[in-house]
Amino acid sequence: MTSLINEIVNNIKSGQTTARAEVEKALRAAQDNDELHALLETFDDEALHRADEIDAKIRRGEQVGRLAGVPYVAKDNFLTTIGHTTAAAKILENFESPIDATAIERLDNEDAILIGKANLDAFAHGGSTENSAFGPTHNAVDFERVAGGSSGGSAVAVAAGIVPFALGSDTGGSIRQPGSFNGVVGYKPTYGMISRYGVVAMASSTDVVGPLTRTVEDAELVSDILAGQDGHDSTVHDNYFQPITDNSQRSYTIGVIKDFMGEGVDADVVNQTQAVINRLEQAGHTVRQVSLPMAKYALAIYYIVVPAELSSNLARYDGVRYGVRSDKAKSLDDVYGLSRSAGFMPENKRRIMIGSYVLSSGYFDAYYLKAQKARTLLINEFNKLFDECDFLICPTAPTPAFKLGENTSDPLKMYLADAMTVPASLAGLPAISVPCGESDSGLPIGVQLIGRQKDDAKLLAFAKEVERL
Amino acid sequence: MSELGNAGEHGTEIDGDINRYLVDGYLPTIGIECHVQLNTSTKLFSSVDNDAREAEPNSKVSTIDYALPGMLPYLNHEAIVKAVRAGKALGSQIAHVSHFDRKHYFYPDLPKGYQISQMYQPLILGGRVDLPTGEHVRIHHAHVEEDAGKLTHMSDHSLVDLNRAGTPLIEIVAEPDIHSAAMARAYTEELHLLMTYADVTIGDLYHGNMRFDVNISVAKPDEPLGVRTEIKNLNSFRAVERAVDYEIKRQITILKQGGAVEQQTRGWSDAEGKTTVQRSKENAQDYRYMPDADIPPIVLTDADIATMQADFPVMPAEYRRKFSSIGVDEGVVRVLLNNQQVAILINEVLDGSNQTIAKRIANLFASCLPVDNDENSGNQQTELNLPSATNLVKLAQMLDDKKVSSTAGKEIFAELLKHDTDPMQIAEDKKLLQVSDEGAIEKIVDGVIDDPACAKAVADFKAGQEKVIGFLVGQVMKKSKGQANPSLAQQILRQKLQ
Repeated sequence: MTSLINEIVNNIKSGQTTARAEVEKALRAAQDNDELHALLETFDDEALHRADEIDAKIRRGEQVGRLAGVPYVAKDNFLTTIGHTTAAAKILENFESPIDATAIERLDNEDAILIGKANLDAFAHGGSTENSAFGPTHNAVDFERVAGGSSGGSAVAVAAGIVPFALGSDTGGSIRQPGSFNGVVGYKPTYGMISRYGVVAMASSTDVVGPLTRTVEDAELVSDILAGQDGHDSTVHDNYFQPITDNSQRSYTIGVIKDFMGEGVDADVVNQTQAVINRLEQAGHTVRQVSLPMAKYALAIYYIVVPAELSSNLARYDGVRYGVRSDKAKSLDDVYGLSRSAGFMPENKRRIMIGSYVLSSGYFDAYYLKAQKARTLLINEFNKLFDECDFLICPTAPTPAFKLGENTSDPLKMYLADAMTVPASLAGLPAISVPCGESDSGLPIGVQLIGRQKDDAKLLAFAKEVERL
Repeated sequence: MSELGNAGEHGTEIDGDINRYLVDGYLPTIGIECHVQLNTSTKLFSSVDNDAREAEPNSKVSTIDYALPGMLPYLNHEAIVKAVRAGKALGSQIAHVSHFDRKHYFYPDLPKGYQISQMYQPLILGGRVDLPTGEHVRIHHAHVEEDAGKLTHMSDHSLVDLNRAGTPLIEIVAEPDIHSAAMARAYTEELHLLMTYADVTIGDLYHGNMRFDVNISVAKPDEPLGVRTEIKNLNSFRAVERAVDYEIKRQITILKQGGAVEQQTRGWSDAEGKTTVQRSKENAQDYRYMPDADIPPIVLTDADIATMQADFPVMPAEYRRKFSSIGVDEGVVRVLLNNQQVAILINEVLDGSNQTIAKRIANLFASCLPVDNDENSGNQQTELNLPSATNLVKLAQMLDDKKVSSTAGKEIFAELLKHDTDPMQIAEDKKLLQVSDEGAIEKIVDGVIDDPACAKAVADFKAGQEKVIGFLVGQVMKKSKGQANPSLAQQILRQKLQ
């Protein structure tokens, strides 16, 4: 599939439409899809004003950016100088940022237009967007079902046709899984390809910024704009991302992670994934069954390392300098205790407690350090697989979107939805969820492709092929 | 040197006779941790001005220091260079790989809820500080970390100033090799010299550029180390000395009465001259240390380290050795070393001329520098308008040639500190040159001998009253307005009156 974004830009530049018309269309679509609760806020006036500026530039014959006039939304954990940045948490309900995240700034430099902020699980803790302090987002295909998460609002905004692309963040599957649940492309780049500056931190060692789009080519275009150092995030690599324009057919060795194709995985999901694998084989690729034995520990590792890091990253929300401060507080301990108690969602608190526990004196070695060692073993296994495979393939999620409320009473069951996305996060690998069909009941299903570190451009080129199959 | 005690993995080391350290039969053992604020132009992880000494509260605070959501630390390379140079001053090894960790606690002066420090892989390893007393203190390690903000407590609320939050620090952790209050002071003073000479800190103690946490325990020499108490945040050499002295006596009194010392953090009150409990061991915090994934490891090759440590200044011990070797008094050396620029200048003179000249200049400086470096440390190094070596050597030469008296020499020196001009010119302008022209002095001497007011003295001298010569020389000096060379005047007087 070709680029939806390029089509819009070309139409605007050639005068077939205007940036204002595109923004108006997007705002209208946002309004029409209000009941999905994909967006927490829209910036009608600012967006239209920006559109007029861009239209004026075009009329004057001036150079415009690669995303000229293209409306988009950002997950509400990206700092924006427009509107609020809440991370869908009470404690930041009224927070207004004095700066833009690097990603926002780069998109703005290319004349993309931010029309609103998308819903998420508070502080990106969750896989369904049900943990938002402002109410859940509904699945774009089935209103009774979850949007997935934590970038649920972003995925639904794209799937519902409000915007051609949205920014998300992925710590353990938060772009890929909602992408899969709503039938859009969700791409998680290599850790360190895109700056995290200005994105409300969840877990520093696995957080990545990435796009949700209708087509792989759009994901490639947006990523090309976002990639590279910004002088703020020291974990970002020198920009290595160079989209591959050569479309000549190559033959790859593709490893099917068989651990994710058996027990506990929905039959429709297995079938649709297998169908993709079959088509790849027919297209001339070599398919191998491979095993990732450490995968069965991935969730355990993830739910030690990530809570540890997020418990630390959430320590700054203390009610002292910004955000909600409890008016019942009578002492310093009250300020901390009552503000945090009122400002965080139950899932936030659960993870902070797990994280604090695994870092506490006497448990650090047994939990955190051990988990990090196991993480290294997992990375080693991936490396070994990549000695013989160019890409790995598996489902994005074990099931299609589940029903709202179905898993909320059982956090462990909820965590299982991350089982297939978490391994690539722990290893810092690029991974993408590409829509590959539907379940019998018409729910979208995504297939996940995983590449070597920094093989992002190659992975996207391959994903385009998978998309075409 | 002997190894004593049972301080876990680190014993203590003692130079010479242990008995000289005993207080009522107890051996004090002291360990000192020193926080040094690095004089980088910007903070450790943000690009905000690092020197906030006279700044409005919260005027030197970036979104990073303020810990807004989504902010990330971005390591200031200059801080690493400074720290690596500090390591050289301490005789330490520099780690090829070091890493930052997070230390968690909630307090309003700590915006992120954690301090970025180095718990597991510090940058600076080992080292040794030799004291002028001949004693030594080993360095266990020094790590790089960020400073916290400052709280001002009012009657019903507290004020937070984050100007200092994010200032780069190194924390120098010494082995427990210190055994007296005087030695504790000597160590902190030497550390101050090393850090300021290496130009890694402004070294202004009054503004908290260097702060000391002191651990103290006492035990009988043949017994394991005693329970220690810690006194935090001492910010003068005198406070270190007094607090250690107080704590040694307090602990010994408890032990002698059959009591037990409790492991505590204690605060020092300078005004009251005593320590009081701040926190006991039961309330010790769990800092939940963890590696900071936002900052990649610092990887340094030997070549990187050599580049960072290039053009290293001369350290105080070297000056001490050189100045003492030309016979400058120990006390004078001490005073001179408190001002690095003076030490450099004298060293320059010494390298360029002879020892007598250098010694003369050393003594001239000693007379105009503060003796007590505790007073000095308020604004660290007294700002001196230093004269050039050429003019100083000229002045010393004039003194040597008796062209000016020693009193006149001091006056000229004081003038040189104001305006660095030719000392001979100053002497001429101020009419301070000694007249050594025999004819000229002879005329004045004749005048004195003929002066009726001196008739009695002249007669007395001739009658054999030797000491009257002093009065007569004085008259010659008076008539010459102080310019006559006094020894020449005396010589001529004697000739004339014999």
